[in-house]
Amino acid sequence: MKDLHAFLISPAEAAQQHGPNDRIVMSSRVRLARNLRGASFPGWAKKPERVKILETVMPAISSLPEMADSFAEAMDDFTALDKQILVERHLISREHAAKNVGSGLVLNRAETFSVMINEEDHLRMQALRPGFQIREAWMAIDRLDSALEKKLEYAFDNEFGYLTACPTNLGTGIRVSAMLHLPGLVLSEQINPIIQSVNKLGLAVRGLYGEGTEALGNVFQVSNQMTLGETETAIVERLEKVMSQIIEHEENAQQTLLEKKPKVVFNHIGRAYGILANAHSISSKETMNQLSFLRLGVDLGLFPGTNRALVDELFLTTQPAHLQKQLSDKLSAEERDLVRADMVRDRLKDVGRPVTK
Amino acid sequence: MQCCVCKEKSATVHLTQIVGEKMQKLDLCEDCAKAKGINDPTSFAMADLMLGLGASQELDPTAGTVEIKCPRCGFSQADFKKSGRLGCPECYQTFAEGLSGLLKSMHKGTRHTGKAPEALRQSRDNLDRLKTLQKKLAKAVEIEDYELAAQLRDEIKALAGVVPAKAAK
Repeated sequence: MKDLHAFLISPAEAAQQHGPNDRIVMSSRVRLARNLRGASFPGWAKKPERVKILETVMPAISSLPEMADSFAEAMDDFTALDKQILVERHLISREHAAKNVGSGLVLNRAETFSVMINEEDHLRMQALRPGFQIREAWMAIDRLDSALEKKLEYAFDNEFGYLTACPTNLGTGIRVSAMLHLPGLVLSEQINPIIQSVNKLGLAVRGLYGEGTEALGNVFQVSNQMTLGETETAIVERLEKVMSQIIEHEENAQQTLLEKKPKVVFNHIGRAYGILANAHSISSKETMNQLSFLRLGVDLGLFPGTNRALVDELFLTTQPAHLQKQLSDKLSAEERDLVRADMVRDRLKDVGRPVTK
Repeated sequence: MQCCVCKEKSATVHLTQIVGEKMQKLDLCEDCAKAKGINDPTSFAMADLMLGLGASQELDPTAGTVEIKCPRCGFSQADFKKSGRLGCPECYQTFAEGLSGLLKSMHKGTRHTGKAPEALRQSRDNLDRLKTLQKKLAKAVEIEDYELAAQLRDEIKALAGVVPAKAAK
């Protein structure tokens, strides 16, 4: 097996990637669910059938020009730690991390395409982009899908469209989503009404790692829920509209807070800086939540000379699996909290106190 | 009071069901009540009875109907209840009836309008055209425009040669 860590973009480089509106939109993704005709879905197929599907699908994906020089491995070849690292990078789902024999991953060098094989469906392909680029992500995955349909026979029905294991993905099999950093809406307590109105539009708001996860670090994932009865373009355009509005609300919330309640904002940012720059033990959850305010401080110009990339890199490297990977010994959660605090203090040693005059 | 099903005998079984803010009343004669299997009013949905759909039976394999299994993969409705996932692509045909209500409630529509694999796109377009032509033909016959009807029939014939019989079902 190829060395995953030699292949993956380093956290420092990953944090340097920029896209439109990346102050608020951390990343965009579009995934398509596809299945093969005449084969049982992964959750119902027996192991030999899943293995056969993997052996058919993986070479088909790897042979695409877009996936040249890709990382293609069966899930049982990954260590538990490496799977967790892929989850923390948002390259595979938590569900896929639990898979072993008969499931696989194909990831391209630029990490703009990731295809999960035998997750809930035979194929879960996603295009990833930094910043607010859901339309670009859709066009990219549409091209990859069109190239792949020439090599694999998809399960498709004139009435129901692409057939998926779960009826919630039926039709287009599309999930368009973006990760939004919304500290302003959280601090101004506008986040709940916003989530409710977004829900009313038939869109889902989830936490950092998708379904059933909490919104750590004020990061929310917004995505479509309905996949049947609407074209892909209509779904992408609707999400573009809604997300643009959320971005505008977040910007307004930040400005209003600064004008009307500057002490509240400075207090959160100052405390976050105080804790991160001085703590000797810190959990990953607290780190995320404090880094969110540090990021807000950088965005509001309270840390002149400090780049947002530093914060985004720490967002990644302080997570449990990433942290564990940097150490030679297997540590307990308590020991990791000490190491995490040491690392954060060290990385912030040249960052001065927030300027709040 | 007359039985609302057979509209012959007098009603002796009176049912009232409140769903949400709506109240429904049903008056049945003893024979019709028995025929509909009403002996425990809590175990049936009035809407099903009224509409004759038996939708709750379809979703509940214990209600006496024969359990449907997918002929390709052996997946059953009970399996679907357990996992919320289907067994294979063909399950959508097997369980089409039971799924339609579910799909309506979770999606914007029940018909796919988005992308289709290139190879199928052509036949899909032709199929749509065929359906439109058939509708037009029926209308032409109805208004007795036989000249138009003959022309449409020719077009349908030509198109039917292109559309695979299986897809046109």
